[in-house]
Amino acid sequence: MILLQLAADGLLLGAVYALFSSGLTLIWGMMNVINFAHGDFVMLAMYVAFFAFTLLKIGPIFFVPLAAMALFGLGVLVYVALVRHVMRGPMLAQILSTFGLALFLRYAALWAFSANFVSLPDNLVGGVYQLGGIRLSASHLLAGGTALVLTLGMHLVLTRTDLGSRMLAVSEDRVAASLVGIRAERMQALAWGLGAAATGVAGGLIVLFFYVSPEVGNAFTLLAFVTVCLGGFGSVPGALIAGLLIGVIESFSAYWLGPATKDVVVFALFVVLLWVRPQGLLGRA
Amino acid sequence: MSITRRGILAVPALAALPAMAEAAAPVRIGCIEPLTGNAGSAGQSIKQGITLVLDIINTPHPDLAPLPLAATSGLPRLGGAKVEVIWADNQGSPAVGQSDALRLITQDHVVALCGAYQSSITLTASAVAERYGIPFVAGESVAANLTQRGYKWFFRTTPYGPDFGKLYLDFLAYVAATGLAVGKIAIVHENTDYGTSVAGSITEAAKARGRTIAQTISYNANGTDVSPQVLALKNGKPDVVIFVSYTSDSILYMKTFHTLGYRPPIVIGDDSGFSDPAFPKAVGNLAQGALNRSAFVPGKPDSITYKINALFKQETGRDLDDTTARAMQGFFVLCDAINRAGATAPDAIRAALAATDLPASRLMTGYKGVKFDSSGQNTLAYSLVIQLQGAAYVPVWPLAEATAKLALPFKGWT
Repeated sequence: MILLQLAADGLLLGAVYALFSSGLTLIWGMMNVINFAHGDFVMLAMYVAFFAFTLLKIGPIFFVPLAAMALFGLGVLVYVALVRHVMRGPMLAQILSTFGLALFLRYAALWAFSANFVSLPDNLVGGVYQLGGIRLSASHLLAGGTALVLTLGMHLVLTRTDLGSRMLAVSEDRVAASLVGIRAERMQALAWGLGAAATGVAGGLIVLFFYVSPEVGNAFTLLAFVTVCLGGFGSVPGALIAGLLIGVIESFSAYWLGPATKDVVVFALFVVLLWVRPQGLLGRA
Repeated sequence: MSITRRGILAVPALAALPAMAEAAAPVRIGCIEPLTGNAGSAGQSIKQGITLVLDIINTPHPDLAPLPLAATSGLPRLGGAKVEVIWADNQGSPAVGQSDALRLITQDHVVALCGAYQSSITLTASAVAERYGIPFVAGESVAANLTQRGYKWFFRTTPYGPDFGKLYLDFLAYVAATGLAVGKIAIVHENTDYGTSVAGSITEAAKARGRTIAQTISYNANGTDVSPQVLALKNGKPDVVIFVSYTSDSILYMKTFHTLGYRPPIVIGDDSGFSDPAFPKAVGNLAQGALNRSAFVPGKPDSITYKINALFKQETGRDLDDTTARAMQGFFVLCDAINRAGATAPDAIRAALAATDLPASRLMTGYKGVKFDSSGQNTLAYSLVIQLQGAAYVPVWPLAEATAKLALPFKGWT
């Protein structure tokens, strides 16, 4: 029974990892820009949701879409105002600019919201469900379930719609895509918007069961990178599988080997996998 | 260059003795605290507390008279010199704390250092102070090893690991006498200096009384999920769970207890995370009956502690917590020593610190006094057991100092 509980906890958390990582894989896969501010996007989304609840008194049905929209706007803004320009510069400039953005967002949040930890009331999304002997909190279920659906949804949009095809065309070959009449700039702005919106939804869901502080993004940035590498660059289903896998591995290794060693297990498996399959689980070689 | 400048300053100061109160150069102290990072809220609270102490020292507060330097303005034996603090943010990293110490000593020329909240950072920062021969006063770091290094320049006012081990076991012996089972103890601790050393001290204190710790879980405080740990506890069924945790992780534990429907009969949080003002705000309704230790209680309306708490509340809108109070106490002791030294030379301050002998009546914390042994540890440090009842912690043990009745078992949520 404890094993089932561990697996369920791991899967639900993994689904949320998958959702915000799919945003990173979109940005990374489409533009080869590494967004170090990804975890801080999640942090901002959590604050949007937190303030939407405390100031506007609106529940998750409204604040999750609100956080997604706010972050979509931020994503597009970051692309138009920053990334579009540094893309012309050397690789190092791109890396440092998003890193600078991460620090800017983090310290701006510190200045605006103070370093205090805040969290939403625990009973916001009703209580705890018992399935057999497994106890699952409604907030985890809601977060995990929504994340799963949206990650699959994003995959379908990318592979089954005209818009998705255009975005993929730009990521394959920007010049060729422009020649057949696709507006590359617009597609890339959209990729940033969608990627950031994924963190918006993820942040809005995570805030249901996690604390918020300006530093909280730290915990997510590294996880997102590992998930994306493990899943394969640019592959949304890869990020999904990798996210779930990491959630479950963390859960089991923390129980059996002790929580202090769970990162050792995750990263050891990560290194081994990259050794055998450097393109990641579902990445193209 | 610096010699010439000092000479020039000294001449007018000597020539115009009556005006010295005006002319005395401020005394600079460096404070290294986690102003950002995952203990940022604790660090910010300490900063607010020490800023209040600065105000108490630098301007006359006759109503707080028993406290050192409160009634007067500035440091009387240094010509009324004002005390100034230069803040450094350790960002929760021992490496940053170390470079903070170096910068404060070599560039800002501070006369003494205080800090640094996390024991692992106090460890690295005080090593720099020792190298440069600058006094370091730790008001809030409790890892036992800090005062076991044979340092000459390190002083600690707060009670430390072994004191808490003893406090908890005394308390549990009392609980056992009331008829509750306390046989199986589990310790859950974060895996840096603070958690490891306090957990070790508690284990040793238990061993000294012929008891063993049934379960020890060490974890990384920056994690995103603690349910495996809680499941391991649920499986082990301990009577008592002692947490040695920082803020974000304490909050997660209480939330996960609720999710997994786990209520250990007795929950003790070793200060830090459980004392962070963010803790009762975030999960107070899930942690009813959690026990904690504290060296600060506001007390009766006419007491100094009550007045200080009122001043703090006026500034910040919340009650003074234990960690902040201990940091403030450390800072008071340091300033008192500098005043008694009557000079800012490191040797003079060190000698004055070593000679410190403050009675309980002149302290803002509940210590029985401040008097350092040769390792720099305050031998009269002391704390009480407090319990989260409603929105705030109330003292419940020892009975002589209790203002509320101990309510067990741990209720958690309703």
